[in-house]
Formats: sequence, C-alpha cells, structure tokens
Amino acid sequence: MARIDLDLAHSYLPDPREQDDFALLPLKLSFVDGGAYALLGPSGCGKTTMLNIVSGLVTPSHGTVRFDGRDVTQASPQQRNIAQVFQFPVIYDTMTVAGNLAFPLRNRGVPRERIRQRVGQIAEMLEMSELLDVRAAGLAADTKQKISLGRGLVREDVSAVLFDEPLTVIDPQLKWQLRRQLKRIHQELKLTLVYVTHDQVEALTFAEQVIVMTRGRVVQIGNAAQLFERPEHSFVGYFIGSPGMNFLPARWHDGSIEVDGHRLGAGPDPQRLASAGEFTLGVRPEYVRLAAPEAPGALPVQVEKTQDVGTYGLLTTRRGDALIRARVDVADPLPAVGERLWLQMIGPHTCYYRNEELIAP
Amino acid sequence: MKTTDQRAWLLVVPVVVCVAFSAVLPLMTVMNYSVQDIISPQRRVFVGTEWFVAVMRDSELHDALIRQILFSLAVLLIQVPLGIALALSMPASGWRASAVLVLVAISLLIPWNVVGTIWQIFGRTDIGLLGASLAALGFDYNYTGDPLDAWLTVLVMDVWHWTPLVALLCYAGLRAIPDAYYQAARIDGASPFAVFRYIQLPKLHGVLMIAVLLRFMDSFMIYTEPFVLTGGGPGNATTFLSQYLTQKAVGQFDLGPAAAFSLIYFLIILLLCFVLYNWMLRVGQGDAAHRAAHG
Amino acid sequence: MADTRAIAEPLPLAAAARPAVAGTRFRKRTLFLVAYLLFAILPVYWMVNMSFKTNEEILGVFSLWPREFTFANYLTIFGDPSWYSGYINSLIYVTINVVMSLLVALPAAYAFSRYSFIGDKHVFFWLLTNRMTPPAIFLLPFFQLYTTLGLMDTHIAVALAHLVFNVPLAVWILEGFMSGVPREIDETAYIDGYSFPRFFLTIFVPLIKAGIGVAAFFCFMFSWVELLMARTLTSVNAKPIVAVMTRTVSAAGMDWGVLAAAGVLTIVPGAIVIWFVRHYIAKGFAMGRV
Repeated sequence: MARIDLDLAHSYLPDPREQDDFALLPLKLSFVDGGAYALLGPSGCGKTTMLNIVSGLVTPSHGTVRFDGRDVTQASPQQRNIAQVFQFPVIYDTMTVAGNLAFPLRNRGVPRERIRQRVGQIAEMLEMSELLDVRAAGLAADTKQKISLGRGLVREDVSAVLFDEPLTVIDPQLKWQLRRQLKRIHQELKLTLVYVTHDQVEALTFAEQVIVMTRGRVVQIGNAAQLFERPEHSFVGYFIGSPGMNFLPARWHDGSIEVDGHRLGAGPDPQRLASAGEFTLGVRPEYVRLAAPEAPGALPVQVEKTQDVGTYGLLTTRRGDALIRARVDVADPLPAVGERLWLQMIGPHTCYYRNEELIAP
Repeated sequence: MKTTDQRAWLLVVPVVVCVAFSAVLPLMTVMNYSVQDIISPQRRVFVGTEWFVAVMRDSELHDALIRQILFSLAVLLIQVPLGIALALSMPASGWRASAVLVLVAISLLIPWNVVGTIWQIFGRTDIGLLGASLAALGFDYNYTGDPLDAWLTVLVMDVWHWTPLVALLCYAGLRAIPDAYYQAARIDGASPFAVFRYIQLPKLHGVLMIAVLLRFMDSFMIYTEPFVLTGGGPGNATTFLSQYLTQKAVGQFDLGPAAAFSLIYFLIILLLCFVLYNWMLRVGQGDAAHRAAHG
Repeated sequence: MADTRAIAEPLPLAAAARPAVAGTRFRKRTLFLVAYLLFAILPVYWMVNMSFKTNEEILGVFSLWPREFTFANYLTIFGDPSWYSGYINSLIYVTINVVMSLLVALPAAYAFSRYSFIGDKHVFFWLLTNRMTPPAIFLLPFFQLYTTLGLMDTHIAVALAHLVFNVPLAVWILEGFMSGVPREIDETAYIDGYSFPRFFLTIFVPLIKAGIGVAAFFCFMFSWVELLMARTLTSVNAKPIVAVMTRTVSAAGMDWGVLAAAGVLTIVPGAIVIWFVRHYIAKGFAMGRV
C-alpha cells in the first residue's frame, strides 16, 4: 500500500516544443494510499501512458514519481512493487493456475510453505480454489484475467494494483461479476487501485475518484456527483453522461445571455459573463425543462427526433445549427416530430464555459 | 476453443484441389510402376510385392538408411538450437533488423547446386579459403579422401545453408509475442532465462514444430548439395538415401524397383514425421485429459 | 482527497539520467550474432571473389581477392539473351506461385485454426505429406500430365507444379500464426458489427503480418531455387535461371566463374523480397486497442 505522487510531464519525442508534442502535459496528481481511482478518457488521451509511468514501464521525460515520498522515477516495476493487469489476459501457458500465482513469489525466494498458503488465500478470494491444479492455458478469458489479477495480489507488500482496460475481452455478462470481485478486493485488502478505462460506467461504478483526461491533459478529478453536476471542463460535460451535455454558443448582450438571437436571462454571474462576452452554455439533458410557450427566458426549438428509452423519453431538438437533447418524464406523452417547443435552458445546473474551461457558476 | 462447422470445408477446398492435382496423379503412377517389371516400354509384367521385398533385403540400402538417419539427427540437433539462438540475438527493429534479415537470408537463396559447387572450392586446401585456413592451422583436412572430413563438411555446409530457415521462423514467431507478456514478466520479477523458458519457448512451439518437420524432411531427402560436393564419397561415406535411390533408378534403369523404393522411402519419412509430430504436440499441450475436461 | 490541477507553466526538466541497458547479456548476444554473420558471409564472400576471377585463377591460385580482376563472367551472363530471359522467366512463375499459394492458403489456414470439421486433422497432416517425397518422383507423371494439357514450357505449368510443396508450407505457417491470435478478437469484431471480409482484411491480417511475411518469403525461396521440376517442364520459352545455370558444364569442364557470378545474381531478387517483407516479419502482433 502506498501513496503515489506524480509531478511530471511526458513526451515520446526527444525535443518537445509545443503542446502537441507531449503525450502528457504537465500535471501534479496524488493517489491516496488505499484509494480506488479511475483514469477515464477516450483513446489516445494519455491514460495508458500515465498508468505505465506509475508502474515504471515508462520513465517520464520530465518530472518525478514518488511512492510514499520516495523518488522512484528511475526504479523498475519490480522495485516499485506494483502489480499490473493488462487488456488481454497474460498468463504463463505452461504452468497451472497455482504455478501462475506462485511465480512472482518464487522469483523473490519466498519459502515454499508460505507460497502455498498465500496462493491458497488469493485463489479463495478470487473463487478459483478448485482450479489450482488446472493448466492455465485452456481456461476462459475471464478466468485468465482473474489469474493475472491474482498474480498481482499474491505479493503481500504490493504497493498498488494497476488495471489497463482489463474487461475489454470479457463477455458482457461476466463483466459485472469481475467488477463485483474487484470492489470486494478493494474493501478487503485496502490496496491503492488505479483503473484505466474509456467506459464511463465502469469508471463511475469502480472508483471513488475519477480522473478525466483528454489529449494528454487531466481536466478534472472528482467523484461521480461532482463530474456530473459541475464539469470543470467542457470535455467532462460532453464525455460523462449518456447522452452528454448540450453545448450552445452564447454571448452577453444588453444585460442578458443571448443564444441565437434569443434572450434567455441574466444567469448566475452577470459580471463574469459580461466580461467574457462570448462563451458556451452547457446544460445536461436531464436538466433541460419544457417550458410554457413564449415563457420568459425559454428558447424555442423544433423537435427532430423522439425516443422512448423505457425509463425516460429522449428528445432531440434543433435550434439553428445546434442540436439540443432533453430528457422528459416517461409518463408524459412525447411531443410529435416537427412540433415547436420551448425549453428552459438557464437553471441552477447550467454551466458556462470559455475556451473549454468553466467560468461560471 | 474451436467451433465445429462443416462449412469450413469450403475454405479448404481450393487448397485440396491444388495439392491433389499435383500429388495424387503422380502417386498413382508410382504405385502403378512399383508393382510391375518394366522390361521395355511395351512389355510389363505384374510382379506384386517382389520389388518391395527385394528393396527391403538390400543391405546397401540399410547402410544408406543408417547414414541418412545419423545425418538427419545431427542436422536437427545442431540447427534447431542454433536457429533459436540466432533468432534471439537478431535485433527486433530498426535498420539493423532489416540489414541482419537480409544477411541471414542470403544462404537460403542460392540454388542448391551452386551451394555445393561453392563449398567444393571453398573446402579445397589449395584454392579454397576454408581448406587453406584449416591446412594452415595444422589440420590434415581432406574432404575428398577422408570420410570423417567429408561428413563434417557436408554437415557444416548444411548448417550454413539451412539454419536461417529455423532462425527466420523463430524470429517471426518471437515478433508475434505481444509486449504485454514481457511487461508482465518484468513486473513479476522474472529472470531473462525464466522469460525464455516460460514465455518465449512456449510461444515458439508452433513455429518450432514447422521448423523441425521441415528440416527433418528436407535433410532426409537431401540430394543436390552433397552430390555436388562429394559425389557420395569417398566410397559411399556420404551417399545418403536420395542419392542411393537415384543411382538405382537412373544408373540401372530399373523403374520397377525404383518406384517401390520411392514408396518405401516416402513411408519411412511419413512414419517418422508422424511420430515427431505427435510427440511435439504432446510436449506442447501437456495433459490431454485436462484439456478435454476444461475445454 | 486527491489534490490536483493541471498547471499551466512547464515544469523544470528532470535530470535525463536513463539507466543504461543491462551490460553483459546484451554484449554476449551481439557477439554471438556477429560471429554467426561472419560464418554466414564467408562462403558468400568466396563466391563473390570467384565471380570476378577467371577459371584458370580459380583452379590454379589461392587468392583472397582476384589477382586479375575481370567482369568477363558477368558479361557472359548479361550478354547472352537466354541468361537474361532466364531471370525474367523465374521471376514470373515464382511470383505467380507465391500469389496463388498465399491466396488459397489464407482461407484454409483460417479454417484449420478456428474450426473443427470432419477430417480436419487428417487433411492438415496429409498436406504436409506432399513434401515428404523427393520431387524426382513427380517428374515423369508431371511431364505426361502437362504435355497432355498442352502446358509444357509455360510459366503457369511451373507455377502450378510448385504448388505441391508451397501450399502445404504456407498453410502450416499461416495456421501457426493465426492460432496465436486470441479468438476473443474475432468475437469482439463480430459484436462490433464487422462483416467477415472487413474483419479479415482490416483486423486479422495485420495481426498475422509476421506469418504472412515469412510464408511469402519461404514460398518465394523454395520456388526460386527448385531445379528439377522447373527444368523438366520448360524448354525454351519459360526456361528459368536455375536451368540455364546448369549449362555451365561444357566440354572444357565446369565454368566456375560464370556459375559463381550467376549465383551472386540469383541472390539479388531474394534479397529484394526480404527487404520488401521485412516490415511484415519484424512487426508481428501489436496487441493494441481492438
């Protein structure tokens, strides 16, 4: 178990100049001992690079990595005592399940009796006890991933367990089982866990804190509620939520927020918005409300598509060039396509962005 | 695991057609000849298994067979480990990888009669680099007169010629191992030897099987290179099975016995390959019962 | 909890001390490699040496470099129209053969790798049995067969004849590499809605690049150096280089210098092929995001 502090940037090029040359833009991050974290972001955002830097498979080009205050930037993964589970199950084909689990301990010269004990313990925790003498090569993908995980957990002084999209090849119906087991392991062993994924559902159910990344930058860290209610970066608003946040270009004009020529009201922070001049208005479909026709501050839109998702209805509406999605109660009848509606966009959950950064509230 | 689907046969049909076209017809012809005494193109007498019996009783054939088995054994024992070692030492990427690939592959590209011819000169103590060097070092080296020297020269020539086949197969096989395995091994604290034993060697099982079978078959049928180099001599020290067969067929113009011999030859190789193949399968897959039980 | 905020100002650079690569093990491998390359190159060097010498010098004198340097051997080759056409002919039928072999072998290898069907193991092994006979057996029957088909002395005849040993080889090699790709990748692709051809071409083939590269090279190589069938099935129009070179034995004896020069020149196309497929062989399975 360890506290991990990152204070670094990384570029794969020898002489990086611009932002685009960096795989990871300068950041300062701390993983608390025993916490469960998710690194969430689309492909290429740098999350796997960050994971590999934490594990020691990659050395950052700039900056340091510290474990419990010790500088481990140049240390090997072995020296850092971390465990990593990869996207595809990585097991030693010629060994049995027990042999696989025992391998890291054998390499460290742990006495045989202790190895047997420990292997039994971990196998029990992962519900694999009856498979111990089976050859690992013939097993199913999810069992193999459990073996990979077990190899990481079997070392008692493991400092952190890192996961690189480990459920990618697992059957959907088995994914929830593994997720359940991961949560239990976290509760029982109190290890620091870092989980990389592009699936927000996985991230939000697994982690206490989610670190959202895009294009090499960490844009926000928080729990599910924080990311949902107050995205600090427009990317977070867009990426989290299904569907994500609606964005509308807006400007301050004559004492009011104006979208597509329509006045919507003063909003929460008139001074900040006025000094910004032009900004982007963001509001989640969950918080867009239907208003009475011609209501003050409401935006007229035209319905393009309606979907009955089961637990709610989803409207896709259009205003000018922009599409606005809204959730409606399944009890109410869905409006017809082509119908003209009025939507209340400004509210306590509406966020305002300039250059992708949150400026209000 | 594999799904059972008979429609997969459709994917295999083109291959079967191509190969059967080239294989079945000649085989039928050979089988036809092997049971006849072709005294002249017009006069053929059916003699049944007479040729087969004669061939199997031939003591010169026994000698050639033993020589052949020893040779193939030596070939496998040297070329397989050497090829693996070479593949492990070849660079994995960059311009160096390309350059080494080309250099290693060159010996495979030379027509076999040229290989024999070059080594003929190469091994002569008066005009060849190898021969002259050995003589200068004080060895009494003479591949035309001394049977052991002839054997060694043929063996080294074959190693020089064919080890790259094993090496290239293993090299490609190594490249097919995903990085994650090496990363996991680092994290598990595995030594370089453990990486070889538990990751690389098992993953090379497939290509090694191909390499071993290929080298066995080709060395068992070897003809051109030793024939050009030593002519089978001195005496018949390096007369391997293929040359013996050709001598019988061409020299004595005896199609019947030659055909019978060809069939026996084929069956010997088939049997030994089958044994090798099954042995390697078992070594690679471990306990079949476990596999069956756990899919 | 975690404190964080991406800082805008660039951080000071860390000391760029990267640990040096493990010393001894690395050097031992390089030493071994260099030693082997030397072993591999010496006879080739001798062949090149011979190619620039006259026959008298080859047979009479031991010299590490030609005392009388001559291009005569190469000129004989380049000057004689049948030498030149020999190269072209070989290239033609070898190319046809490699393309055909790979085209029929890829689907078959996929079938063997992913499916079980009646007789699959038997057919798989039977394929290899076609390499278990000295090709001399095929000569007379092939001669009769191709004469009947009117295909004597054509490139296609040799290309077809060579299928007998190249197709099994290609199938075995490709099947080996295909079996190394986890089935989960096939399944994930179908779940994602890929059609089979699209999956095969855009996802699967790149994963088995190393196998394709090495199979292509071996098919090229075995077809290129095959002498007996190529010589038997051709006379003038499609006469390959290997057959032309055996003409070097004349009344005056073996034309060593010309043979050496021809040997040097036969390496060139193969070296080009390896250069061509080097990226295939050296890349292999990337195991990136599916």
